[in-house]
Amino acid sequence: MDGGLGAYGERLAAAHLAERGYRILERNWRAVPGRDGVRGEADIVAEHDGLVVVVEVKTRSGTGYGHPFESITPQKTARLHRLAAAWARAHGRDPRLIRVDAVAVVVRPGTAPSLEVLLQLQ
Amino acid sequence: MGFARTWAVALVGLDGAMVEVEADIGQTLPAFSIVGLPDAALNEARERLRAAARNSGMPLTARKITVNLTPATLPKRGSLFDLAIVVSALQAGGTVPRTGTTVFLAELGLDGALRPVRGILPAVMAAVRAGHDRIVVAQANAAEAALVPGARVEGHACLADVLAAAGADPAGLLRPRRPAPRAGTLPAPAPARPPDLADVAGQADGRLALEIAAAGGHHLLMVGPPGSGKTMLAERLPGLLPDLEDDAAMEVTALHSLHGSGPRTALVRRPPFEAPHHTVSAAALFGGGSGIPNPGAASRAHRGVLFLDEAPEFDRGVIDALRQPLESGTVTIDRSTASATYPARFQLVLAANPCPCGQAGGRGAECTCTPRERRAYFGKLSGPLLDRVDLQIAVPKVSYGELAAGAGQGEPTAAVARRVAAARAHQAERLRPLGARTNAELGGGLLNGVLRPPRAVTVPLERAMDRGSLTARGYQRVLRVAWTLADLEGRPGPTADDVDTALWFRSLVPA
Repeated sequence: MDGGLGAYGERLAAAHLAERGYRILERNWRAVPGRDGVRGEADIVAEHDGLVVVVEVKTRSGTGYGHPFESITPQKTARLHRLAAAWARAHGRDPRLIRVDAVAVVVRPGTAPSLEVLLQLQ
Repeated sequence: MGFARTWAVALVGLDGAMVEVEADIGQTLPAFSIVGLPDAALNEARERLRAAARNSGMPLTARKITVNLTPATLPKRGSLFDLAIVVSALQAGGTVPRTGTTVFLAELGLDGALRPVRGILPAVMAAVRAGHDRIVVAQANAAEAALVPGARVEGHACLADVLAAAGADPAGLLRPRRPAPRAGTLPAPAPARPPDLADVAGQADGRLALEIAAAGGHHLLMVGPPGSGKTMLAERLPGLLPDLEDDAAMEVTALHSLHGSGPRTALVRRPPFEAPHHTVSAAALFGGGSGIPNPGAASRAHRGVLFLDEAPEFDRGVIDALRQPLESGTVTIDRSTASATYPARFQLVLAANPCPCGQAGGRGAECTCTPRERRAYFGKLSGPLLDRVDLQIAVPKVSYGELAAGAGQGEPTAAVARRVAAARAHQAERLRPLGARTNAELGGGLLNGVLRPPRAVTVPLERAMDRGSLTARGYQRVLRVAWTLADLEGRPGPTADDVDTALWFRSLVPA
């Protein structure tokens, strides 16, 4: 699924977050189901305000298929929280001090890409 | 950015309550929730509104939108909140300027077109009464909304027009394009000619009773065999009644708007005529339906005529329930969520056969009913209902001679209506200081007090009462009709002749 567009969006997002004071810890971290008890991949793991933050990046070329945020379901958000806790445990951090953010990247040919950040998904 | 408020109206019966439509935008994943006692139709609005906004070129924000309709205790139903919700949500998103106290009343299509809704007239009346005089409605409802004095109405065809008028950036707004249908090839049905009294053959008594009923606002019972012309006569009563005055016309139009027989462009000025079939249920006659009940036939006949043909065939419960509107002029329907009161001040016209088979008391075919059947037949009607029916007449079969000579020869509606109008004017002048409009509304207090005729006039009545052939209630009915007879003749008060004639009109069913 990581074609050129997805990877491009994640690079843009990481750069944008770094500018906003996030310390990027890891990119594309894949959980090991046997060890972490959860399946899936975190696009970006960063540290912000003393918390471990898992950031979900959604990239779209245009909004013809809806806004990128519309594709984040409650199930997806729940899994991102489990991923964040798993990363924290695997790296000796407190699994309660976590947060999940999301970045929407919309890329339209001929205009600058637009980025929106949502903090603390529930 | 973040929060906005617009206004709409929730209807409970004919009364409307102002509803604040608050929208809040939360910085979290996209969602759309409507709180504040919405019904199913209103909850479906979420999908409709997202599509309508997107197709109008101004999508709703990709964040969480919470819409609250207050007061939350009031049940809200239907689609007329669509426009207020979408404008509020767009204002909260910061793309549309605030609109203050403006009221929005319209349903939205997926393409952003504004659709007309039922009950616009009572809703706008409620808004103007509450001090919200600027009102935005669908184009198709604009004429009806503008009937309310003091309303500043804006009619728009689509959401984009509403947003542009509110001061949103017109660049990028999209208007729905819908191909106009070709002109219809079937000719529209010709409007029915209102029935005229000239069509009625013979029936001199029936005509006179109709004229008195129209002049005094009296309820009327006609008893006669099938085919004698009871229905013909009843259908011609509304034509004799004067035009509705402004306040009555507004009430009637509001009721018809609520019933949803298409958007109105002018006030209903002619008294309505409703003739429900004798199988009608109480809910259909007096109003019903889930949630907030709709008005029934009795309310649609408000300020007009309610005609019950084959009256003894109606359900006992339905007949008994007529007493509330006859007494108070209103119908109140209670539901768990709300209780609605609709006006229902109609003139009641009852028609009945003389017996179940219909042949009793006339020439020709023999009646096949047993005396017991005949008694049971009228038993349903007697009592409290008939006490309120001032005029009771027999409508016999018409002979061939009358039919051949009479058709088209009778006095036309226009001529009789002129006499009725004069009698009504006379009556109004006399009754205004007493707080009544028609003789039919007079109670015993007035009839035996200020309006008591001289002793010489009432002597035959007193004798009848002494003999036991006239009750106290019957006495009042006779006096009411006698006053109307006097008004028709332009006399200052009833004479002994008027009382005689009036006595004759109550001779049918003993009371």
